[in-house]
Amino acid sequence: MKQNNINRGFWIKLGLVPIGMFAFAFALVPLYNVFCNVTGLNGRGSNEQYIPSSKTDLDMNRRVTVSFLAAQSPGFPVKLYPKTKMMDVIPGKMYTIKYVAENHTANEVTGQAVHSVAPGEAAQYFKKVECFCFTRQMFKPGQVKEMPVSFIIQPALDKSVRDVTLSYNFFRIPDEKQNQGSQQLQQPGVLKGALKKMLNSSDSVQNKKKG
Amino acid sequence: MATTTSDVQIDIDAHDAHHGPEKGLLRWVKTTNHKDIGTLYLWFAFTMLLIGGAMAMVIRAELFQPGLQLVEPQFFNQMTTLHGLIMVFGAIMPAFVGLANWQIPLMIGAPDMALPRMNNWSFWILPFAGVMLLSTLFMKGGGPAFGWTFYAPLSTTFAPESTDFFIFAIHMLGFSSIMGAINIIATVMNMRAPDMKLMDMPLFVWTWLITAFLLIAAMPVLAGAVTMMLTDRNFGTSFFDAAGGGDPVMFQHIFWFFGHPEVYIMILPAFGVISQIIPTFARKPLFGYSSMVYATASIALLSFVVWAHHMFLTGMPIAGQMYFMYATIMISVPTGVKVFNWVTTMWRGSLTFETPMLWAIAFVILFTIGGFSGLMLGIAPADIQYHDTYFVVAHFHYVLVTGALFSIIAAVYYWLPKWCGRMYNEKLARIHFWWAVISVNVLFFPQHFLGLAGMPRRIPDYATQFADFNMISSIGGFAFGSSFLLLTYIIVSCIRSGEPIEDERVWESAKGLEWTVATPAPYHTFNEPPQKDKILSESSHVGAH
Repeated sequence: MKQNNINRGFWIKLGLVPIGMFAFAFALVPLYNVFCNVTGLNGRGSNEQYIPSSKTDLDMNRRVTVSFLAAQSPGFPVKLYPKTKMMDVIPGKMYTIKYVAENHTANEVTGQAVHSVAPGEAAQYFKKVECFCFTRQMFKPGQVKEMPVSFIIQPALDKSVRDVTLSYNFFRIPDEKQNQGSQQLQQPGVLKGALKKMLNSSDSVQNKKKG
Repeated sequence: MATTTSDVQIDIDAHDAHHGPEKGLLRWVKTTNHKDIGTLYLWFAFTMLLIGGAMAMVIRAELFQPGLQLVEPQFFNQMTTLHGLIMVFGAIMPAFVGLANWQIPLMIGAPDMALPRMNNWSFWILPFAGVMLLSTLFMKGGGPAFGWTFYAPLSTTFAPESTDFFIFAIHMLGFSSIMGAINIIATVMNMRAPDMKLMDMPLFVWTWLITAFLLIAAMPVLAGAVTMMLTDRNFGTSFFDAAGGGDPVMFQHIFWFFGHPEVYIMILPAFGVISQIIPTFARKPLFGYSSMVYATASIALLSFVVWAHHMFLTGMPIAGQMYFMYATIMISVPTGVKVFNWVTTMWRGSLTFETPMLWAIAFVILFTIGGFSGLMLGIAPADIQYHDTYFVVAHFHYVLVTGALFSIIAAVYYWLPKWCGRMYNEKLARIHFWWAVISVNVLFFPQHFLGLAGMPRRIPDYATQFADFNMISSIGGFAFGSSFLLLTYIIVSCIRSGEPIEDERVWESAKGLEWTVATPAPYHTFNEPPQKDKILSESSHVGAH
C-alpha cells in the first residue's frame, strides 16, 4: 500500500498550496496599501501632517490649478462644501483655504473625512500642513463650522500635471450613545459596523460587551 | 514507482474484480468510482446549464423590445447575476471536472482516481452549494443582483441579506473545485501507467493537469475575497469600505487576480478536448504536440499577471495600462500557436465530419472570433469605449459558449458512445449542430454591434436605436435555448435506446488508451496497466495514424 502513502503525502503537500494562496489573498491587503501609499496611486498618499522645512524652493515658472470638491457618503447628514472652488498655486508655496460644514440636524454628528487627490500621480506631492481630516470632527446641532486646510504642492510634481483636484468624503462615525442596544438595527446603512472597527474599535468592543 | 503501482494493481484486482456497481440510489451517494462520479458531475452540470439557460431566456425576453415588459429591473439584475454565476461555477467547471473524472484514468491507464473518497466528497458538496445559491432567489430582498463579479460596495454595503448565503455557496463551490483539482494532480502524477512519461500523455490530460494547478492557486484567492466580504458585512471589518480605511478598488484587484486565471480554467480543458477530437477525424497525429504543451503552460503562467486589464477604467497610471495591455496581448501568441496547430492537424488530413468533428471545427472558428474581440478589449485606449458594453458580453460569450460549452458538447458526442455503449442518432445530432451553430451566431454576433454602438451591459431597458439588433439577438437566443431541448432528447434516447456498439474503437481512427477498453466502458478498467508499446501505438500525437 505504498501507493496510498504516496498519494496521501502528495495531497497534503498540494493542500498547502490553497492554504498559502488563501493567506496570499489577505496579504494582498497590506501589500496593496503599501503599494498605493508609496506610489501615491489611487489618490491616497499619506494622511499625515506635513511639517514644511524652513527653506522651501518655489517653482515660479508654472502654476498648478487646484480644484476643491466635497462629497458626502450616504448617511452623513452634515453638508460640506469648500469656500474656494478653485485656485492657481505656485508649487512649493503654502496656501490655506476653508471648508464649511453645516449641521442642519438636531443631533450631534461625528465624522471622519477621507481625502483623495486626482490625478493619482499628484497624490504624493500634495502635502497637507493642516487639515480637518487628521482627526475626527464633531458637529453640534445647528453648528456651522469653518475648517481650514493648509497645503503645499511640492515642486517635484511632474510638469505635465497642470490640474490637481482635492476632494473630501465625510463618513459618519457611530455615536457612542446611540451605538448601544437596538438603535443600530433601526438605522441600516448609517451605522456602519466597518467604521467601528477601524476608527472606533476599542469603544465599540466595550459597547458590545455592555450590550 | 513502477513496481509499487503494479503491486497495487494486483491487490485491487483481487478485491474488486468480482463486483460491479451497487444497486439502487445509494450507489450514487456512496460511490467512489471515477466513472460514476464523472457521470454525476456531468448530469449536475447539465441540470445547471438548463437552469442558467432558462435565466438567459428571461434576460433575452426582457431585452426583446425596449422598455420594461416582463420583469422588474431588480429581478432582471438577479437573472444576469445568477445566470453568470451558475454557468461559470455550476455548468462549465463541473462539466469539465466530470469529463476529467471519466476520461483521465482511462487515458492514462489508471484504475481510478488517486483519492476516490475525496472525489465523492468534492462532488456531493456541489448540489448543496447550487441549491443554496438558487435558494437566494426566494429570500427576502431577492438573490444577488450585483453582477457575477460581485464588486464591492454593491456586494457589501448595498447587497441584499441573502448575500451571506451566496458567500457560503461560493466557499463550498471553491472547496469542491480545489479538492477536485488536488485529486486530478495526484492522479496524473502518481497513477499513470508506469510506462507513460509526462510527454506521452494525451493533451486532454496535460491541459487538465495545468488547469488543476490554476485551480489550486486561484480559487483560494476567491475564497479570500468572499471571506473579506463576509467579515465586512457581518464582523465590522472594512477591507472594501473607504470609510474605514479600506478600498473598493482593492476588491477588483483581488477578484480579478482570481478572475483572470478562472477564464483559463474554463478554456484550457476545452483546448484539450479539441486536441483529442481533431486528430481522430483528420486521421493524422496532432501537429506540434510539445508546442501545445508549452503553449498551455505559458498561457497558464501569463494568466496570473494580466488581471488588471479588466480594470483599465479604475484610474490606472499610464505605465500600468501599458504593462497590462502588452502582457494581455502577449497571451495571443501561445493561443495562436494552438489555433495554428489545430488547423495544421486538419491540413491535408482525411477529414470526415462526424458530429464531434463538426463541433470541434465550429469551436476553432468561433473561439478564434472570441479571441479577436478579446484582443480588441485588451487595447487600453480602445477599452475606454468598449468597457462594460455589449461588446464585452459578445466577447465572453464567444469564448465561453462557442468555446468552452461547444467543446463540452463535442466531448459528450465524442465519448458518450464509449461511456454507454450506444450510438446517438447521427441525423438528429447533425440537425442539432446546425440549429445551434446558426442560432448562437444570430444570438451573439449582433451584440458586437450593440456594444460598439454603446449599449451598456446589465441593463433591463435600452435606448430605441438598439431595438433591431436586440430583437435579432433575442430571436437567436430563443432558437439557441430550444436547441438544448433537442440535445437533451438526443442524449437521453442514446443512453436508453441508442444502437448498441460492440467495437472497442468507436471511431474509425481514434487513438488513445480509452479506446482499448471494452464498449461500454466496464465499471473497473486498467486493473493491469498498459505496456509501453501499447501506450506508444495508442498515442494520438506520435507516429502514423
